[in-house]
Amino acid sequence: MRQLLRTATGVIGLVLVTLTLVIAIIGPVIWGDEAEAVNAGAALQGASAEHWLGTDHLGRDIMARVLAAGQFTVTLAFLATAIGTVAGMVLGLLPVVLPRRLGRFVTSAVNALVAFPSLLLAMFTAVVAGLGARGAVLGIGVAFAPSIARLTQTLAASVANADYVAAARLLRVPRWRIATRHVMPNIAEPVILNLTTVLGGSLVAMSGMSFLGLGVQPPSYDWGRLLFDGFARIYVDPVVAIGPAVAIVAAGVGFNLIGEALARSVARTPARAKQGGRTAKAGKAAGSQPVEGAVLDVKDLTVTFPGAVTPVRGLSLTLMPGEIVGLVGESGSGKSMTANAVGGLVAYPGVVTSARMRLCGEELTELGQAKRRKLMGTSMAMVFQDPMASLNPALKVGGQLSEVSIVHQGAGPKAAWDRAVDRLGHVHIPDPEKRARQHPHEFSGGMRQRAVIAMGLMGTPRLLIADEPTTALDVTVQRQILKLLREVADETGAAALFISHDIAVVSELCHRVMVMYAGNVVEELPVAALATDARHPYTRALVASLPDMETDRDKPLASIPGHQPSPADVGAGCAFAARCALATDKCAESPPLDRTADGRAVACWHPVISKAEVAVP
Amino acid sequence: MFALRRLIRFMVSLAVLVVASFAMIHLIPGDPIRVALGMNAPPELVAQRREELGLNNPLHEQLLAYIQQIFSGEFGTSFMSREPVGQIIVDRLPNTLALGVLATLVTLLVAIPLGMWAGIRTENGRNRGTEIGFTSTTGAAVAVPEFLYSIALVVVFAIGLQWFPPAGREGVASYVLPILALSIGPIAMVARLARVETLRELGTDYIRLARAKRLPEFRLYFRHLLPNTLTATLTIGGLLLGGLIAGSVLVEYVFAWPGLGMRMVESITQKDYPVAQAIILVYGAIVLVVNLVVDLILAKLDPKSMIKES
Repeated sequence: MRQLLRTATGVIGLVLVTLTLVIAIIGPVIWGDEAEAVNAGAALQGASAEHWLGTDHLGRDIMARVLAAGQFTVTLAFLATAIGTVAGMVLGLLPVVLPRRLGRFVTSAVNALVAFPSLLLAMFTAVVAGLGARGAVLGIGVAFAPSIARLTQTLAASVANADYVAAARLLRVPRWRIATRHVMPNIAEPVILNLTTVLGGSLVAMSGMSFLGLGVQPPSYDWGRLLFDGFARIYVDPVVAIGPAVAIVAAGVGFNLIGEALARSVARTPARAKQGGRTAKAGKAAGSQPVEGAVLDVKDLTVTFPGAVTPVRGLSLTLMPGEIVGLVGESGSGKSMTANAVGGLVAYPGVVTSARMRLCGEELTELGQAKRRKLMGTSMAMVFQDPMASLNPALKVGGQLSEVSIVHQGAGPKAAWDRAVDRLGHVHIPDPEKRARQHPHEFSGGMRQRAVIAMGLMGTPRLLIADEPTTALDVTVQRQILKLLREVADETGAAALFISHDIAVVSELCHRVMVMYAGNVVEELPVAALATDARHPYTRALVASLPDMETDRDKPLASIPGHQPSPADVGAGCAFAARCALATDKCAESPPLDRTADGRAVACWHPVISKAEVAVP
Repeated sequence: MFALRRLIRFMVSLAVLVVASFAMIHLIPGDPIRVALGMNAPPELVAQRREELGLNNPLHEQLLAYIQQIFSGEFGTSFMSREPVGQIIVDRLPNTLALGVLATLVTLLVAIPLGMWAGIRTENGRNRGTEIGFTSTTGAAVAVPEFLYSIALVVVFAIGLQWFPPAGREGVASYVLPILALSIGPIAMVARLARVETLRELGTDYIRLARAKRLPEFRLYFRHLLPNTLTATLTIGGLLLGGLIAGSVLVEYVFAWPGLGMRMVESITQKDYPVAQAIILVYGAIVLVVNLVVDLILAKLDPKSMIKES
């Protein structure tokens, strides 16, 4: 109930339904006599102060009749709903109870019936059962049964695979007992939630039948019948149709809105997608000069989400041509968000700011939209983690490649297609002409990842951003993709930003490594130094946690005690201090990322300097 | 392969439908002819009608005769007007189909772009106002039955403003209100679906990659997004089409549209069983054909759905 009151639609629905039910309960008591009061002298009148909605052919007040008819209308809807629900649930549970073959027959019968319009079923039943309220109620109940049966079936199927049902089956509990004791209680809630919607539907359908003259017959009357009577006169007195019409709409809409609000409160999943963001203008003036000749030059990159969530905080990054830089860190350290920010793909509530964001020497935030689109479209390529998901399932692979040339380089369809085939061959996809004409589902995982890389090669890539490109692949395929990435970087002279949580993979592929922790780079070092000569305590701990051939397998794997702070609560000072053995009071201040002469950088007040270096005077 | 299996399913459903419509007249409690003609009908007339329908023959012979009738395009004679039922269907079916097809076209052409627009606009929960407005409007619109839309449209545009004729089928203008009445509900329904599908697809990696490729918005949305949202939208849309055809019964009734639905209602109230039986059969067959066609189109459109099936 409280859930309902949280949304405006829920409140409106609740008000409408309460009103309907109140009228249904008190209507006949208060307006019953007036509704039946015949006054031949006042027959067929329009709206007047005395009769707001006019009178019918016997001079009865239509307003009173509408208010009095609520009870009958709602009762009929409840009856139809009850019939539909009972029949539907029995039908839906039958496959659980019946032998397998018979059960499957019931399932397909239900599926066939669901596709059948309920009004036709209702009319069929009405013909058989005879004109009148009884036939119509029965017909509508029967008409709703298939959809309820289907819902029950779907839910029952999901419960039927649960462990406790399997256990009951093993214990040879009779089938019908499984259905009533184990399945039914677990699916009752969603079915009951669905009832509100069915109730609204029944009310509307019943009114429809009565309106056609196939439902309630005089002298009985429901809203549909009153509408039927009023409809004959709408050319003269449109007002006589308003009462029943408004009543039907209010009740139908009310039940529907409540049903919807209920369904939503149960399935409350904040579906947060991951892109569609917006890049803010560069905040402050650049503190230092842009790096000459860099492919990517980012300074003070920050990504903020509402609620002071800051997954990336003041990160700076420079990539030179041909350089492969690994970005490593635990999950949640902001690696992927950095990639998204550079690629301009940060989700809507997220705001990206930077002092500098230069791609191939052009400041992206100052570039016009068309130019930025072309520059990023042709000189930047992205590869994501899941190759199964990153190709469009509805389009041919070749078409997805060739459109890059068509859109950004003004190539004709034929030339673009030829280039796509050429590029597919280039990433070692066998028989590229045939493959280009296929859909992604005909490709294996490794091949799809190759196709994505080939897509990046359609333009003239200067920067390749690969976000965990091998994580979803098995080990042998992983190697091939790594090899291909290196090949591509060597051959095109493009810089590559390789994001991974796997230090082993990074040390194999990259020239330089940047270690991220809680949204910032804590250390930048050449890959050769990673294994033995890391200076930041976090980097050292990360490397130490990596098992190798010499790891003593009797001891538990080394792990770093404590947790990385979430992007919402990174405090001042060194973010790693809480987990660091070397931390002192000094660490309450933020350590700057100090660059040393050897091109390395570390953000730590107490860096670990190896003996070899200390010995140097 | 899929098409063949689907075709077999269609044939089975059709057979069930034929048997059901045949059984209808036999399921009526008591003597259907007595029920139809009333208690005071002369016994000779009742006997004559019984003979006409072949109700005195064994059941299996009746079924056989019924199937033969269907294949020859004859459906017996109306109890009331004495017209051949086949002729009634030939006369009226085109009017009903015109209404259904046009309303479907209007629905798809309006609803899918509308839903996509709403989805794109409300991605990641931005533009809360649009979202609330869209969901509550469509939520309410879905719950209002087509016969009330019909009446409201007649009152406002035919009686009040007198822009369109209130009833009948004469000229292009007479199509406007029935089609509107028939498509408002489905538009709301399909637009909601299209929005949900759009939101789901916008979150996928291939859209992220397409965005990383910096495709122009038009291409991104219409080439990459649309085909992927269509499958689910059209699947429900197909079901909806069946409902739309049934809904046309009520709309035809309000607009006195000379279609099958109007005639079906008359025949049921008059207990003109041969006519009711034949029209229910025709409606059912239309629904089955529509569902078949939708499934086949989907299989063609989206190669994934075939794989799901097998």
